[in-house]
Formats: sequence, structure tokens, C-alpha cells
Amino acid sequence: MIAFAFYLFAGVAVASGLMVVLSRNPVHSVLWLILAFFSSAGLFILMGAEFVAMLLVIVYVGAVAVLFLFVVMMLDVDFAELREGFARYLPLGLLIGLVLIVELGLVFGTWVFADNAPELRAAVAPAPTDVENTVALGQLIYTQYVYLFQAAGLILFVAMVGAIVLTLRHRTDIKRQDILDQIYRDPATAIEMKDIKPGQGL
Amino acid sequence: MEYFDSGFGLFLLILGQCLLVTVCVLVALAFLMYADRKVWAAVQMRRGPNVVGPWGLLQSFADFLKYIVKEVVVPAGADKTIFFIAPMITFVLAVIAWAVIPFNEGWVIANLNIGILYIFAISSLEVYGVIMGGWASNSKYPFLGSLRSAAQMISYEVSIGFIIVGVLISTGSLNLSAIVMAQDGGYGIFSWYWLPHLPMVVLFFVSALAETNRPPFDLPEAEAELVAGYQVEYSSTPFLLFMIGELMAVVLMCALITILFFGGWLSPIPGLPDGVLWMVLKMLFFFFLFAMVKAIVPRYRYDQLMRLGWKVFLPMSLAWVVIVGIFAQYGWFWGAYQRWTVGG
Repeated sequence: MIAFAFYLFAGVAVASGLMVVLSRNPVHSVLWLILAFFSSAGLFILMGAEFVAMLLVIVYVGAVAVLFLFVVMMLDVDFAELREGFARYLPLGLLIGLVLIVELGLVFGTWVFADNAPELRAAVAPAPTDVENTVALGQLIYTQYVYLFQAAGLILFVAMVGAIVLTLRHRTDIKRQDILDQIYRDPATAIEMKDIKPGQGL
Repeated sequence: MEYFDSGFGLFLLILGQCLLVTVCVLVALAFLMYADRKVWAAVQMRRGPNVVGPWGLLQSFADFLKYIVKEVVVPAGADKTIFFIAPMITFVLAVIAWAVIPFNEGWVIANLNIGILYIFAISSLEVYGVIMGGWASNSKYPFLGSLRSAAQMISYEVSIGFIIVGVLISTGSLNLSAIVMAQDGGYGIFSWYWLPHLPMVVLFFVSALAETNRPPFDLPEAEAELVAGYQVEYSSTPFLLFMIGELMAVVLMCALITILFFGGWLSPIPGLPDGVLWMVLKMLFFFFLFAMVKAIVPRYRYDQLMRLGWKVFLPMSLAWVVIVGIFAQYGWFWGAYQRWTVGG
């Protein structure tokens, strides 16, 4: 049963990964990508990493892919033009893919585990059977390695501030909404009563 | 009964449970739809549906029949596959979220350790039905509606997430049953989470309105601006699926408020027995509130909606997480924020 589920999820993940590249419509590509994320989440659940699986769905499918979809939907893409370049760049793409596969092969071919790898792993993480993996992750990230975690957060924060500083432009020629101003408007300040004589006008 | 402990028997048992919950929820939904319209009508001093069946009770079933026997109209320029997948996604996601909702002690299909994360994941996926439907219709109003809803649902998900984190810190567990049990403090209604987490109850309710596209935040389908938003091109059964999915998400939010802040199936008065009846009553009460809000609050402007989500709710809920963290760590307020059963 587990094997069946594994091959189902893995097959769908690989197939939808292929469709991301092959489908002609970019919106369809993003939708296939979402299916690929989803199947990977299924694989994580099979491995017993339910917390990571849910995070994958929430963060990648629920937020990142929505933004992808959001951007791709609004792009005005000429599909014919896109397809035109496909044949031209195909050899280059295949070459890059080949190089990557050879590199990965070389890396995994010479991969040896250290003799004491299980002990090293057991030293930091509690046994999976003792605690649920949410608790285990919490202990590792927020208790044992809290300073490293905070440092990582700080780096991300600086990166975010940098991105905002680079792209923020203060424009003076547009009208802005001041919500407090709007809320505190009242008839006394917003309306002026005029007594106009008939036939005279303002 | 040993037959149901393993293998095919277990499969049958789970299948039966799923069917039971789905059928119960769907039938309840038909009457909730009717209740929604009746409340709405009462506020506006109308009678509401009163023709089909006694007091109009069977109105929803008549509507159901009408929807499924009508012709499905597909726009010529639509992306047909996605056009039909979109309502199915909305409906299926709305249904599968019920798998982890506990109605009573042990009355739950899947008692997940990460139940609340599961719900959160499902509700973050619900935006896809709307976006895909709007895009596949290949027409302007649906597309604008789907863009609005994408931005809106993502914005309010963030604050809902932080509000949930506050409750999780108090409980020390992501299991929905554990969250309810942590509120069983012996003082009935006063030991539930609504009291220590009072500001977040209000925030959660408003965010739930925005997350489920209910008025006053129903901008994706604002009829005065976008006709019906992403639903414009839908007719017949696909439209029905969208509608059921939306309403089911609303009822799910009612269940979630009940579980997170109002003690799920626990009885409000110490001494009275706990039970599924309390859960249903509380959910009905919150559904009534949802219906009342729809009837009495005017629609928000879109920029105000975004401002409320990002500049008001997000900082408030983020600050609350920190505050709850400190209260829970040091056990202040007689341990109201620290109800950990393990660890600590």
C-alpha cells in the first residue's frame, strides 16, 4: 500500500515536472508546478515528515505559487513567439541538462557516509519514535540552535530591507489616501452652508 | 467487530465515516443556506423563502434541483479544462477540510497531530479555485475578481496564521482535540480561550470573513462593481459547486472559531455534560453572526481592505504572538496562557 502510494506520488511529481517544461501555456505550467509541489508534499507524508509536508503546501503552494500565478496571468505573453525560440535553444538546454546530470552522477557516485553518521545524527535529533516531528523540529530550531536561527532571520530581514530600499520611490505627484484624515472628517469641516438668493447664483 | 480493525474492513470503516460526515455536512448546509436567507430577510423586514415546503424549509433542495438540471454554458474563449476543474477544486477542498474537525471527544475521522496546520494548508489552497475560475473564463470581470481575491485571501491568511500561533503557544499542541481539551478548566465558559485571547477572537472573526469572501469583504464578487466577479461566466452545476464550496468554507470557519476559542464540544456551564450538541449550537451561533454581518455591514473599499489586513491586523496579531509567548513562558495570569500537557 505504501509502495503504491509512493509510486503514485513520485510518478505524478515527475510527470507534472515534465509538463511544467513542456506545456505551451505558461499558466498551465504554473498549475503543473503546483501539482508537482503537492505530490512532493505527499512523499514527505509517506516519510513521516508531516510537518514539513504541511509547510510545503502552506508556503510553496499556498503563497509562493499563488504569486507566480498572479504574475504569469497578468503577463501579456505571445505564445507563438515563445514556441519559436524553443527549437533554437533546445540543443543548449539539452547540453546544460547533460552537464548537470553528469555532475550529479559524479557527486553521488563518490558519496560515502562517515562511519559514525548515525551517531552524529542521533546526537542532535531525538529519536523519531519518541517525539512528533513538530516537537523535534521546535527543539532543534528554537532551543538548540536558536542563535543560528536568529542570525538567519536577521540576514533575511536585511535582505528584505535592502530590496525595499532599492525599489522604493517617494512620488510626490500622486494623491494619497490618509485614512485617519478621512475618518475624522465631519460635517462641520466638510460642508459649508451658503445662503443663496434666488436668481443671483454664486 | 474485529473485521474493522485492519485491512479492507478498516478501509470500509473509514469510507463509512467519511460518507457520514460529508452527508451530514451537506444536508446541514442546505438548511444553513435557508437560515442564512431567512436571517437576511428578517433584518430587511422581508419574509424570505416561504413557498417550497413548510415555511419554505425545502427551498435549498428546490434550488439544488434547478441548478443541476440547467444547461451548462461554457464561454467560447474559455480554457475548458481549467474552467471545469476550478469549481471542483473549490468544492473538494471545502469538503476534505472536515476530515480533521473533532465534533466530540474522539468523533473525528483523522486525529492528526498537525490538524490545525492541515486546516490552514487547505484554506490556503482554496484561493486556487477562485483564481483558476476567473482566469479560465477569459473575460474581464471574472479576471479582475480573481486578482482581487488572490491578494485578499493571501493577506488575511497571514494574520489568521499568527492568531492561530497564539492559541498554539498556549496549548503546546497542533492537535485540534488537544486544543479543545486544554480549554477544559473547570470554570465552564470562563476557562475557554476567548477570555485570555479576547482581542484575537475579534480579529479572527473579521479575518475569517475576509478569508471566505463574505460581506463586507466580498470584493471578488462585488455585484455593484464586477457583476459577480469570478462567477460571472459560471452556470448550472459548476456554479452550484462554487456556491456550496464557499458556504462550506464559511461553516468550517465557524467550526474553527468554536474549536480554537470557544471550547468545541465542552459545556459552558460546569456540571452539564459535554457533547456534540454544544459544538453544533456554538457553530450555529457563529453562523448566525456571519449572516447578521452580511445583512447589516456595508461593503469595504478595496484599498481599505488591504490596509486593514497588512497595516492593522498583521502588526496586532504579530505583537499578540510575542505577548502570549511571554505570558506562557512565565505562567502569568494564573497560567491562563500556559496549558501545556507535555514539555514546557
